[in-house]
Amino acid sequence: MKTMIGVALAATLLVTGMAKAQQGEIKVGEINSYSALPAFTDPYRKGMDLALKQINDAGGIKGKKLVIISKDDGGKPGDALTAANELVSRDGVVMIAGGFLSNVGLALADFAKQKKVPYIAAEPLTDAIVWSKGNDYTFRLRTSNYMQAAMLAEEAAKLPAKKWATIAPNYEFGQSFVAVFKELLTKKRPDVEFVAEQWPPLGKIDAGPVLQAIDAAKPDAILNATFAGDLVKLVREGNTRGVFKDRAVVSYLTGEPEYLDPLKTETPEGWIVSGYPWYGINTPEHKAFLDAYQQLNKDYPRLGSIVGYSTVMSIAAVLKATDDHNPDGIVKAMKGLKVDTPFGPIVYRAADHQSTLGAYIGKTSVKDGKGVMVDYVFRAGADYLPSEADAAKLRPKD
Amino acid sequence: MSALLQVEGLAKSYGGVHAVRGVSFALDAGTILALIGPNGAGKSTCFNMLNGQIRPNAGSIKLEGQEIVGLPPRAVWRRGVGRTFQITATFPSMTVRENVQVALLSFHHKLWAMVGYAGAAHRPEADRLLALVGMEAQAERPCGELAYGDLKRLELAIALANNPKLLLMDEPTAGMAPKERVDLMRLTAKIAREKGIGVLFTEHDMDVVFEHADAVMVLNRGELIATGTPEQVRRDPQVRAIYLGEGLLYDAKHREGSAA
Amino acid sequence: MEFLLVQALSGLASAASLFLVASGLSIIFGVMRIVNFAHGAFYMLGAYVAFTLTDRFAGPLGFWGGILVACLVVAAVGALMEMLLLRRIYHAPELFQLLATFGVTLMVEDIVVLIWGAEDLMGPRAPGFTGAVTVFGRLVPSYDFLLIALGPIVLGLLWLLFHGTRWGVLVRAATQDRDMVASLGVNQKWLFTSVFALGVFLAALGGALQIPRTTVSHAMDLSIIVEVFVVVVIGGLGSVTGAFVAAILVSELNAFGILVLPKISMVMVFLVMAVVLVVRPWGLFGKPEGTPRAAAGLSIRPWRPMSALERMGVAVAILVAASLPVFAGNYALSVGTEILVFVLFAASLHFLMTVGGLASFGHAAYFGLGAYGAAFMVKFLGAPMELALLVGPLLGLAGAVLFGWFCVRLSGVYFAMLTLAFAQIAWSVAFQWVEVTGGDNGMLGIWPSKWASSPQGFFWLTLAIVVIGVGVLRMLVFSPFGYGLRAARDSTLRSEAIGIDRKSTQWAAFIVAGTFAGIAGALFAFLKGSVFPENLAIPTSVDGLVMVLLGGIETVSGAVIGAIVYKALAIWLMSKTELSKLVLGGVIVVLVVAFPKGIVGFLEDLRHRRRRPPAPDGAGPEAAGYVAKVEAAE
Repeated sequence: MKTMIGVALAATLLVTGMAKAQQGEIKVGEINSYSALPAFTDPYRKGMDLALKQINDAGGIKGKKLVIISKDDGGKPGDALTAANELVSRDGVVMIAGGFLSNVGLALADFAKQKKVPYIAAEPLTDAIVWSKGNDYTFRLRTSNYMQAAMLAEEAAKLPAKKWATIAPNYEFGQSFVAVFKELLTKKRPDVEFVAEQWPPLGKIDAGPVLQAIDAAKPDAILNATFAGDLVKLVREGNTRGVFKDRAVVSYLTGEPEYLDPLKTETPEGWIVSGYPWYGINTPEHKAFLDAYQQLNKDYPRLGSIVGYSTVMSIAAVLKATDDHNPDGIVKAMKGLKVDTPFGPIVYRAADHQSTLGAYIGKTSVKDGKGVMVDYVFRAGADYLPSEADAAKLRPKD
Repeated sequence: MSALLQVEGLAKSYGGVHAVRGVSFALDAGTILALIGPNGAGKSTCFNMLNGQIRPNAGSIKLEGQEIVGLPPRAVWRRGVGRTFQITATFPSMTVRENVQVALLSFHHKLWAMVGYAGAAHRPEADRLLALVGMEAQAERPCGELAYGDLKRLELAIALANNPKLLLMDEPTAGMAPKERVDLMRLTAKIAREKGIGVLFTEHDMDVVFEHADAVMVLNRGELIATGTPEQVRRDPQVRAIYLGEGLLYDAKHREGSAA
Repeated sequence: MEFLLVQALSGLASAASLFLVASGLSIIFGVMRIVNFAHGAFYMLGAYVAFTLTDRFAGPLGFWGGILVACLVVAAVGALMEMLLLRRIYHAPELFQLLATFGVTLMVEDIVVLIWGAEDLMGPRAPGFTGAVTVFGRLVPSYDFLLIALGPIVLGLLWLLFHGTRWGVLVRAATQDRDMVASLGVNQKWLFTSVFALGVFLAALGGALQIPRTTVSHAMDLSIIVEVFVVVVIGGLGSVTGAFVAAILVSELNAFGILVLPKISMVMVFLVMAVVLVVRPWGLFGKPEGTPRAAAGLSIRPWRPMSALERMGVAVAILVAASLPVFAGNYALSVGTEILVFVLFAASLHFLMTVGGLASFGHAAYFGLGAYGAAFMVKFLGAPMELALLVGPLLGLAGAVLFGWFCVRLSGVYFAMLTLAFAQIAWSVAFQWVEVTGGDNGMLGIWPSKWASSPQGFFWLTLAIVVIGVGVLRMLVFSPFGYGLRAARDSTLRSEAIGIDRKSTQWAAFIVAGTFAGIAGALFAFLKGSVFPENLAIPTSVDGLVMVLLGGIETVSGAVIGAIVYKALAIWLMSKTELSKLVLGGVIVVLVVAFPKGIVGFLEDLRHRRRRPPAPDGAGPEAAGYVAKVEAAE
């Protein structure tokens, strides 16, 4: 019975509780998969909190305090939309940000278009969000599928390998990444051929049979786009079975601490990966970030921390850039907006709303019982994007 | 005139074991025929073949001259065969009257109607059937809380809903008090004779059998071993041999005396 | 050829893991008739506890001892759950145990994150089994051989346990006839507790043995629970040997299937299950003559149409709802609209479950098909909302016509699992057919027409459709068709004997339920402006089940209340806390124990008791006994 009263009370609150924005506050809504993917969203939130603290300690947005209201989407696009609705209609936020999964990001992007709310997609990797399904109100921060595929394809082209096999999770993320990689690699190296492909379901890889099937095609090199638990299974099984022996492996995202750290001593040697070697980046902007982060959290940052931090920095930058905090004012200011991030300055391109955030490409190794990236170089995002004119053609006309 | 029910060479076996073998008999309208036999003699198998629940391996079942072997129970019912079960089968989530109404709706081909309140359909007819079996006072009661004897009577009302030509009753009085048994069978016999319904029933209670049956068939190990009037069957030495072990005949005679 | 042999070996290793978990589930179901949704949670707990122990105590003894102790610990937790929770609800309708264990699963998912943290944990390799063995020139992990050997060993031990000990004989007897065992003077309570503990032990073992192969994470339970159910059903409920054969069948088909069709994994098990159930409705080793339990919705108190007073009450409630847009904000309205959509979805499932007695585990399929139908109309034909709302649900109808035809041939848990299989097949089509459905990225831009695009307008539109929909479903309950459907549910024997074609009637009910779910789905598409495969995924089906059971399975329209309470609670918790699963699971468990007849069922009981004070429940035991007799006859 108490529950029912609780529900009734909650309903009343929903109806009457139109919180009034206090003077001297600017509210921004944020949505992410906190309950479904805590391993990734926790470091992300810590990065966000750090940025928020720094901004408000430094006087906020022209004297107004920046307030971020976070909501959980449970990993479901439908629930993300409910949360977005609450943020926009009830909490009266000036813009929204966030998203980890690509489908959640796309749902929020479409919501942004329909309700005319500016949206910064923080983590989603899908190219569609700025290109084939791009819209006026949506901007994306993270180094996209296409950009990272281009960076990795560049490395792959330098390898002698001619016969390639691919393993990727069976959903849009994996499919589009493999497709772009194939296209870009073939462009650079017309002599390569793809001899096998495996598409295990996300989170349910049956690594033994999958690797046997790959091995049977006798490829010179393997492209991997699985991650998290699937990656660990693949690495353990593949190491034992010797499938990776004498073969080049190019592995997407594997250098991110989120995915590399669980591998510990079983981290494979010499895989070419994209990632985030936080322990070795010596640029002043990153050092400042790292120190502040570790002071606040007693933990080291993950890539999510960079994304969370840079998202809030982008929000602050755009709100400072214009005094018109109506949707159209914010959108206008977002186009071509420059933001300083721990990875250096980035620009939100006016033509396709993609930021020029770059990524680190390097090789995996084991050091002191931990997986690390070595021989890494920073690749600037702008160098791996199509020109703004070409990118604009990829977007829908309306 | 051909018989209401004509059964020829009915047989059923399960994995090589004959449950029923070469059973042939006929039943005329308005007559009451009892099928008796010890447990496991094949009575229920026989019954289930007659209403289509089990398909026989061989033989023919003709209702008013038409073959009904191979028809499912619902089609057999459409041709005018009502049935009650050894353990009552009714609809416990409905009231007593609704149980009969469903049967009536089905009989009138209205069960696919998606509008209208079924609880208001065929009420007078349902009440008439319930009155016939003495259940009119309980029409509003939930069927799920009826006493067993009342359930048996309700089943009879349901079985009569399609104006059957033939009524199959599998141990109609099992589980009832002796007084109730006599009442129910008298009621059945009365209805059958008034409406010219042929009745085939199985029964363990020999009082019931010898009081009401016009004819008796005895089944043993799947085969008919005797057929005739109750008097003839009672005197049959083979039947006596089978039943001696169970002491039923003696018991029946004994009780018949006391009932009179 | 040699390659194929090695591939077969890999398949066998996968089969062993699957079998261990499945055998426990099969034993629990076979003896206790409990659909233990929490089995995956115990699998996950087994892995977590084993991780902690093996991480702390190194060496072979530490590892193998740790695994054994972990299984014992988790089995004790399972026994505790059986004693504290399940014992209280054995007499509730069958699906309530599913609901309770589902609540526990939700709680465990959050609890492991609280205890062990969010990040994936990698346990040690098994001492002595870290390397590989060369087979035909290919390396096969020696741990695989351990697993391959373990499968038959566990199968053999279970056989010995069930055939060579008094306990086992009693358990087998209980599987055949519970009353008989009770009459033997055996303490059935402890028999059940021990069986449950054994089942949980096997689940934990399956989980613990995974730590040398993968990471331990809080999503492990979901990755296995459905597949395990499928294996148990393919093998035949209650048959351990069946589970063994089914696990091998599924794993080998997968191992070889991916050689030909690399994307087949996602749907393989469900395809196998659908084929097996269509060909052999009781699974490979199952027996049809199990003791059937009371069909869902078998109420002793007959339903009645609403009285004049009740009608007025409903009219007032609708008026209040209709006036909501006058004083409620946009967010409240969009939440209200979402709740209304799920009211219709739950009502359609309720019709199938309660009136038809057919508990579907895959009702989301028709909801999702309706949503996709509407999206196709908008995207491919450029249809306006009005037309899409009319035509879209027809896809749900078409799906119900096709799937329902196969499903109504089965009953009980097998029916439920076949509906699940078809829903998963539909889901994987939506997920994989990227060119048409957009895959997991879904279809966007499905927004309402101008006049209904405001939250107020769409709320009113939804309210009107939902009120009509629920009204029509209620009308069907009391129509002759509804009576025929209930007759088929109450007694197959009697209904066939009075001319009712059970299959056709139930098929029609399936189609009706699918169509209304499709209408709800089409509304949902326009509410969210998008459709995603998650619309027809298992969680959506489970939500529907929970709503129906919360409302009360023996009521006429309890699902309406169940949907309102559950959806409002879920949305509110989602917004307020990141531990929404923990709280929601806890609330479900409490509700199940406190109101085993659901909220509306509880209220009706209360009212009934007040109206007829002299012990109306006196008829209960007698009636229940009678119901049991009816079933024994069937």
